[in-house]
Amino acid sequence: MIQLDRVSKRYSSPGMGSKDALKQVSLTLPAGELTFLTGHSGAGKSTLLKLIMMIERPTAGEILVDGIPLNRVGRSGIPLVRRRIGMVHQNHQLLFDRSVYDNVALPLVIAGFPRADIGKRVRAALDKVGLLSKEKLNPMMLSGGEQQRVGIARAVVNKPPLLLADEPTGNLDPELSAEIMDLFKDFARVGVAVMIATHDLSLIARYSHRLLTLREGHLVADRDETPV
Amino acid sequence: MTTKRPGRNATPLKPKRAAPVTPPRRSSGARAARSAWRDRLESWRLHHRDSARDALLRMRAAPAATAMTVLVIAIALALPAGITVLLENAQAATRGWDGNAHLSVFLKDDVDSDQQRALAATWQARDDVARTQSVTREQALAEFRELSGFGDVLDALPDNPLPPLIMVYPVDAHPDQLAALQSALNAMPEVDLAQLDVLWVQRLHAMIELAGRIVGALTLALALAVVLVVVNTIRLAIESRREEIVVIKLVGGTDGFVRRPFLYTGFWFGLAGGLVSVVLVQIALLWIGSPIDELTALYDSEYSLVGIGFVNVLVLPLFAGLLGLMGAWLAVSRHLNDIDPQLL
Repeated sequence: MIQLDRVSKRYSSPGMGSKDALKQVSLTLPAGELTFLTGHSGAGKSTLLKLIMMIERPTAGEILVDGIPLNRVGRSGIPLVRRRIGMVHQNHQLLFDRSVYDNVALPLVIAGFPRADIGKRVRAALDKVGLLSKEKLNPMMLSGGEQQRVGIARAVVNKPPLLLADEPTGNLDPELSAEIMDLFKDFARVGVAVMIATHDLSLIARYSHRLLTLREGHLVADRDETPV
Repeated sequence: MTTKRPGRNATPLKPKRAAPVTPPRRSSGARAARSAWRDRLESWRLHHRDSARDALLRMRAAPAATAMTVLVIAIALALPAGITVLLENAQAATRGWDGNAHLSVFLKDDVDSDQQRALAATWQARDDVARTQSVTREQALAEFRELSGFGDVLDALPDNPLPPLIMVYPVDAHPDQLAALQSALNAMPEVDLAQLDVLWVQRLHAMIELAGRIVGALTLALALAVVLVVVNTIRLAIESRREEIVVIKLVGGTDGFVRRPFLYTGFWFGLAGGLVSVVLVQIALLWIGSPIDELTALYDSEYSLVGIGFVNVLVLPLFAGLLGLMGAWLAVSRHLNDIDPQLL
């Protein structure tokens, strides 16, 4: 679902020199697999996510998302790439001026789903994360764990082939983290490529999923495969 | 959560050199392509409707700020619109005065009264002449004696010094037409001098034309002001909805989707400003209406004030709406690209 081929990203600012955030990173995330991405702050996790989300462009190398070569996607094509990627953010990125239902419905409204379908899909997604009874509430009235689950419902509501999560269990206690992880495992089981970026090593230790480690922009370890 | 891909998406992308790729849209389920198109059109229409309504609701939610902006737009538009109406009134009022414009054609002294009558009849037959009025030398002398009080002086003169006169009233009092008629008459052998004694009509026309140009420039400047007011209003609206824009972009909202509510906001501001400006102009016309009626009554004129006109009542708000749309477009294309999503 995602392929990176010798991807590098260099940030340079005038007078401040330049910094290689990613160096020659190659990896493949197949459908139906859950992968952890870890590394210290500044190791390149965020940069990798930004490149996949097309928030930034790589300096070198090629990225394929769902078969699409991102290098050849123009500005107007970016939204269509993002619609294939469900993204769960550390700070949830929910909108507090509208209900839980409207937050989850947003990707469907944007993608132009028929209104009759939207209700069904939003309720299915909310049911999946166990928040069906709270659809009319403002997300501000929910707990941190519930807000995170609203964010997950929004990420999966249009059934993207790819699910990215940035520190999804960042502020949650172990019990809630486990619930969230169970959700991600369910999505992987039905064929979604799931990648969880986290530096919560205790979380990673509890699961036997594939692990990618970034260090200073290099992909240094890949638990399931031979180290790169 | 299966991720079955529709067949058309499986077509390999041709490796054209440097050609930008537009990723195919994901199908919204097991629907036929035909109905998917209809769905997309329908959802596009619904989003327009929702954006338009949402923009109105947001304006209503901040009544004071909205009223201020609308009033600024309204005043900026009422000024040129009001002056234009007054100018149209001035033109309508002076159209009557043009009717009195005429040429005084003095004939040579040796033209006798029979020839003068024949000449007057010939000219009256011309296409560009409405009517003529002959004043023979004797009539002129009698009139002069009566009106001037110089009768004794005239008696002392050996001869009647007054030339025969034909007053020629043109069909069209436009300065160009008058000038053409004047030179045609001057060229005739019997004519001593064809005098246009309505120079002030020309001056009036020139002044109205000048005023029209000034109003044109004023309209342009104030239309620009309206656009700038809307640019600023929309810029603030974009700034206050930054988070929402970021989220919409992150979940795959196109630029058009993000732009739409702001464009409607600009359009509504312009439209509302235009409607209020029509009301302002009408109030101003009512305000000056009764003094003008008194004035025209004193001048024995049946002239009455012309209003803003039914067509302009529609055209002005629509024009204002377009200005608003233009301002919103400028603001959106200038500021929306500044807001790019960041992962926090």
